Amino acid sequence: MSTSLTAHRRAGNLAAGTMASIDELKSLCRELRVDALKMIHAAASGHPGGSLSSVEIVASLYFSEMKFRAGEPAWPGRDRFVISKGHGVPTVYAALARAGCFDRSELSSLRRLGSPLQGHPDRIRLPYIEAATGSLGQGLSVSVGLALAERFDSEDYRTYCLLGDGEVQAGQVWEAVMASAKYRLGKLTAIVDYNKVQLDGFVAAIMDLQPLGEKFASFGWHVLEVDGHDLEALRSAFAQAREDERPSVLIAHTVKGKGVSFMEDTYAWHGKAPNEQELERAISEIRSAAD
Amino acid sequence: MGKASRAAFGEALLRIGATHERVVALDADLASSVQTRKFAEAYPERFFQLGIAEGNMIGVAAGLALSGMVPFAASFACFIIGRFEQIRMSVGYNNANVRLVGTHSGIGIGEDGYSQMGLEDLALMRSLPNMVVIQPADAVEAEKATEFLADYVGPAYLRLTRQSLEDLNDDDYEFEFGKGVMLREGADLALVATGGVVHNCLLAAEALSQEGLRVAVVNIHTLKPIDDELLRGLAAESPIMTVEDHGVVGGLGSAVVESLSEIKGARVRVHGVRSYGESGSGKELYAKHGLDAVGIASQARDFLNNDS
Ligand SMILES: Cc1ncc(C[n+]2csc(CCOP(=O)(O)OP(=O)(O)O)c2C)c(N)n1
Repeated sequence: MSTSLTAHRRAGNLAAGTMASIDELKSLCRELRVDALKMIHAAASGHPGGSLSSVEIVASLYFSEMKFRAGEPAWPGRDRFVISKGHGVPTVYAALARAGCFDRSELSSLRRLGSPLQGHPDRIRLPYIEAATGSLGQGLSVSVGLALAERFDSEDYRTYCLLGDGEVQAGQVWEAVMASAKYRLGKLTAIVDYNKVQLDGFVAAIMDLQPLGEKFASFGWHVLEVDGHDLEALRSAFAQAREDERPSVLIAHTVKGKGVSFMEDTYAWHGKAPNEQELERAISEIRSAAD
Repeated sequence: MGKASRAAFGEALLRIGATHERVVALDADLASSVQTRKFAEAYPERFFQLGIAEGNMIGVAAGLALSGMVPFAASFACFIIGRFEQIRMSVGYNNANVRLVGTHSGIGIGEDGYSQMGLEDLALMRSLPNMVVIQPADAVEAEKATEFLADYVGPAYLRLTRQSLEDLNDDDYEFEFGKGVMLREGADLALVATGGVVHNCLLAAEALSQEGLRVAVVNIHTLKPIDDELLRGLAAESPIMTVEDHGVVGGLGSAVVESLSEIKGARVRVHGVRSYGESGSGKELYAKHGLDAVGIASQARDFLNNDS
């Protein structure tokens, strides 16, 4: 974890916390997809579907939207990010490595005994993690607390929380939604990775969320519906969120397993690692995809 | 290697569906993992998918039970006890006839890490006065325990594993609620265990016997009500070491110590998980936390040598 930051920059990593161009982000997203799948393959367990659907969201946060310093996880001025859908954390680990927070060779230790890259995020073992998650439904409440604390802080920062769509079924999410509106947490932005699929099947069949935008709006939130794979649309939605005094939610329409044909739009790849051949096929699909 | 206890539960529940018309199953987006999917496919009208909302699932189960249905509500053990307040009020205090099923118990689940590991479930469930608590040690026992619970009346908790377990019992094994099972006799030490680690205790006992130690092994499938009589008999004969894939506070070890608290001269060592869980293979984690045969044997030696 100690390799110097400059070495990472030389190795072609992007600088997190600055605004990358859309083209840079696009190629970065391809690499994040490949990294996430390689990690899950090496660990022989994990969650490809929800890791792939949130790639553009995570890339936009770390490489365009958030204030963030690689090498300084406790920098008081950093924007806070809670990945409430903790099972999607491989994408975050891949982004942190690309940002130069630790060496990319660490990625293959995902889920191994003693690794800082736990199966679900662990803030004690990996200080870049803002809060432990993995039990769905809790991250937005913690984010509310982070956003409230900002008001007592001399630093000025925003708080971001990434939720799964299935996760939004949890009652606690709506308790946090109410609290955010009550306290007018304009510096809080939630993103729902609305990939329409959860663990056992389609969200609409398991416990439909519709009309999701209207629900958030009626709870006093600023609602932005966005294509969650469109980097420009994400960038402009995040910018609009900054301008509003209410808490904002990006309802990011995504595809579970995005980028790998056989993983797309199915629950079969929610929590299953690709084998050698599947990994190869997936990587070649990702690499050959047109922008 | 035999089946996981969750798999045996799923098969038993499917069979019970045919004979018990009031049995219903509730799920919170984990039917494939907790193995209620087969029941769901066979009896769609008696299966309720509540989404990722375990608190609601448990409340709904209580309501169904209060109106005469026989609900099995299943999720990972950690998410079941994550809704403990609903369990104590809606299920426990109402004496609602709900069977809560917690799978993926213990560090044995491996790579997913602490957030998915049930390590405090026995402690919390045991704390409710009317809650019975059962943890089978293999697939056959899981099947029989599930059958028992289909006819049992009152709040109950069934603790199951994600990982496959070695078979201990034959198909004609009879599950006796509330009774410990003496698997091996021995006067120097009694290993009193629950769940998948019972098998590791048998291996440890065998290894210790090579060193001249006579070690008994007891399977406690019913943690509550616990078999006081058996435990008191054992305590009179030899020191006892409890073994469980659960935190050392509140689980089997505590139950045994409580049972023997007024027994003169009883000596007990409680062996289990002493930290938050973490990622790693189940095998590596059992080695690290001393729950494989080698670890259990070395704890036992340490206990016997520490004759204070
Ligand atoms: C409280 C809780 N219940 C159940 C689970 C098990 N689980 C892990 S992922 C998952 C499905 C998540 O679906 P979704 O939120 O839509 O995420 P995504 O599709 O982005 O992977 C479930 C049920 C959990 N982690 N936490």
